[in-house]
Amino acid sequence: MLLLVQYTIIFASVLCLVALGGCFSEHSGVINLGLDGIMVMGALGGAVTMFLLPAEASGVVIVLATTFAAILVGVIYSCLLAVASINFKADQTLIGTAMNLLATAVATVFVRAMNTSLNPDNVSSSIQYIHEKKAFLKYVGKFEFNWFMLMAVVLLVLSYFILYKTKFGLRLQACGENPQAADSVGINVYAMRWAGVLISGFLGGLGGIVYITAGVSEWKFEMGVAGFGFLALAVMIFGQWRPTKIALAALLFGMFRALSNVYTGIGFLAALHMPSTVYNMLPYIISLIVLAFTSKNSRAPKAEGIPYDKGMR
Amino acid sequence: MGQEYAIEMVNITKRFPGIIANDNITLQLRKSEIHALLGENGAGKSTLMSVLFGLYQAEEGVIKKDGKEVSINNPNDANDLGIGMVHQHFKLVQCFTVLEIIILGVETTSGGVLQMDEARAKVMALSEKYGLQVDPDAKIEDITVGMQQRTEILKMLYRDNEILIFDEPTAVLTPQEIDELMVIMKNLAAEGKSILFISHKLNEIMEVADRVSVLRRGKYIGTVEVKNTTKEELSRMMVGRDVQMVVEKEPSKPGDTILKVENMTVASKLHSNNAVKNVSFEVREGEIVCIAGIDGNGQTEMVYGLAGFEPLVEGKIILCGEDITKASIRHRSTHGMSHIPEDRHKHGLVLDYPLEYNMVLQRYFEPEFTAKSGFLKKKDIRGYSERLEAEHDVRSGQGPITIARSMSGGNQQKAIIAREVDREHKLLIAVQPTRGLDVGAIEGVHRHLIEERDNGRAVLLVSLELEEVMNVPDRILVMYEGELVGELDPKKTTVEELGLYMAGAKRNLSVDANTSEIEESEVVDNTREGKEEAK
Repeated sequence: MLLLVQYTIIFASVLCLVALGGCFSEHSGVINLGLDGIMVMGALGGAVTMFLLPAEASGVVIVLATTFAAILVGVIYSCLLAVASINFKADQTLIGTAMNLLATAVATVFVRAMNTSLNPDNVSSSIQYIHEKKAFLKYVGKFEFNWFMLMAVVLLVLSYFILYKTKFGLRLQACGENPQAADSVGINVYAMRWAGVLISGFLGGLGGIVYITAGVSEWKFEMGVAGFGFLALAVMIFGQWRPTKIALAALLFGMFRALSNVYTGIGFLAALHMPSTVYNMLPYIISLIVLAFTSKNSRAPKAEGIPYDKGMR
Repeated sequence: MGQEYAIEMVNITKRFPGIIANDNITLQLRKSEIHALLGENGAGKSTLMSVLFGLYQAEEGVIKKDGKEVSINNPNDANDLGIGMVHQHFKLVQCFTVLEIIILGVETTSGGVLQMDEARAKVMALSEKYGLQVDPDAKIEDITVGMQQRTEILKMLYRDNEILIFDEPTAVLTPQEIDELMVIMKNLAAEGKSILFISHKLNEIMEVADRVSVLRRGKYIGTVEVKNTTKEELSRMMVGRDVQMVVEKEPSKPGDTILKVENMTVASKLHSNNAVKNVSFEVREGEIVCIAGIDGNGQTEMVYGLAGFEPLVEGKIILCGEDITKASIRHRSTHGMSHIPEDRHKHGLVLDYPLEYNMVLQRYFEPEFTAKSGFLKKKDIRGYSERLEAEHDVRSGQGPITIARSMSGGNQQKAIIAREVDREHKLLIAVQPTRGLDVGAIEGVHRHLIEERDNGRAVLLVSLELEEVMNVPDRILVMYEGELVGELDPKKTTVEELGLYMAGAKRNLSVDANTSEIEESEVVDNTREGKEEAK
């Protein structure tokens, strides 16, 4: 049971971080379908950093360097969305989709070119980080505490504060709801949207590295992040674009994802003798059902998805 | 001399490709006066204001503030100079509170954290000083249009703007709200604010303005003192010729019932409530029935139901004795229904088709226009289009082959009216047929509607314009929040009474009444602002 809680929290952290990223981007008026791709790139940045760090590096250095690298790559990658959708007014859905396709491909090619496997003839797209991963963990009794959990909570509180208590948050939301109104009171809509997208790159990249270090010590980049970016989008919608509700939604979805890792340890579930694939599918199926029933009443930022053009008033 | 003007626009010329929108216009706004800017659609009012607000740059001319030349390159410059504007379409954020939207852009912060209490105190003080009642914590989407407008005014006052531009501020208000706005504007001027009031409604200008400048087709016609002028003179300046202010018509001679609507209910696309609730009425031949009401009270959905764009949730529509509740749009159109739609671009025309094809949109399949082989008879279509254009004075660049998109709004509307009127029909549904047309064209449309009536057609007019509601129809039905709340005789009622019905403060029809049999009965008049006080 402790294991279920532990996995629930770590997966919820991933979903929460990435969904918050989407939340910032969408509140600024840009739909970020590329979150999945941003996660992959963040994960790549973090994993490569762990691989390259010298074996004798201290725990603090590993944690900080990996986190920083993941965030940096995520932010850089999100610039693609910002440039294309804000400056060139491209279709945001298409750009997001392209980013997802591109990210997995780039990561696979990159890792294969590095060829990290012990046998040079066996070209693999995996990176191992068994040793480095331990730096993130701290055992509290039997509970495996992960520094990323703390980061997620801190960023959640910070997000809430920024969105609802600061000038920046008020202006950001105005840009996503009615950019013409924001412009008419002297707010630079383009700058605010850039900020929104870059923040989503920050949180998405971080979410990526958290995801691939949760539960496993090796990642095969051909898999991307198994659609977790899309699951985060579902969490964001279910959470009605509000940090508090997003956190709760993330816990719910995180729990279903955690089940697939630990169901064998839970007596009655194991007794059902259901194939593990059923549990693996669970979060995705749940998201389908939940969205089918709730998305009709969802209150997305009104102007999201529409490129802002100063000339159109 | 220059000192007495708060703002001056001197010899402003602004050209767009192929058109001079503002041709050497001079506008001088005195301190603490209400200065009206009068002109038809397309006269260049909006362009001039956009130049003043920094949205466009003029090619020639200068802008002076307090006698000093200034350059305004964007709205921020205008704000810095103390120029504020209430746009025709409000610049509000639906999910923000009144307070949030007022401070947006000029927030007070301490260490990056919003200081709402200070802002609230200032807003409440302003609200009290100028009589602008708002609830600072209400969401914009929940408050009345009148309160939204007061919020917009507070936005300008919060920024300490001295020059206030009101762009067609009364278009969205009920008569009572208009009266209140007039009082507010006078208060503002009395407190030293200078107001530019853009309008094409002569009554309002006569009531509130000190001076009025008139534009016509981009040219400056003149500036007159309101107290030395008359409505007739102003309209002559605006249109360039005498305009008939009153629609002339004979009393109606209603005959058989053409359209009978029973308990019609139509769902809303915006919310879970029904947009039209249990509406029943009749339209007889030889009469014009007008559905009046403030925009967004279910008129659009009702027409969608009648025309077959949307299915009914409940109820029945009977046209010339035939139940057409479930009939297709084509069936309705070939069995006596003509429809001048509200949105002429969306439902009236195929904008990228030539005019001739638009003229036969509902008829191209008839033997007159399609040969037995299945090919279109191009010559006949062209001939038909030419005839309609000539008969209805539709002006276009290249005649029948003009692409509809390139025509002016007035001529697009004329083309639609020509098409709908020329078809075999018993019922004409005209939804805001004069929207966006200038005074001359409006006169023509009204004449058409009355001609239709006199030819024994049933006419259902849906209108938001009070003057139209009072002058054109033979009967008025008032719609409020999806229900018909009143039936009025335009000859016996007043604008004020109509306004009470439109605001939902008064009703003389019960929910499930059959309108044509109900006699007028006075219902106790609750407060003028019944709706707002309920908030």
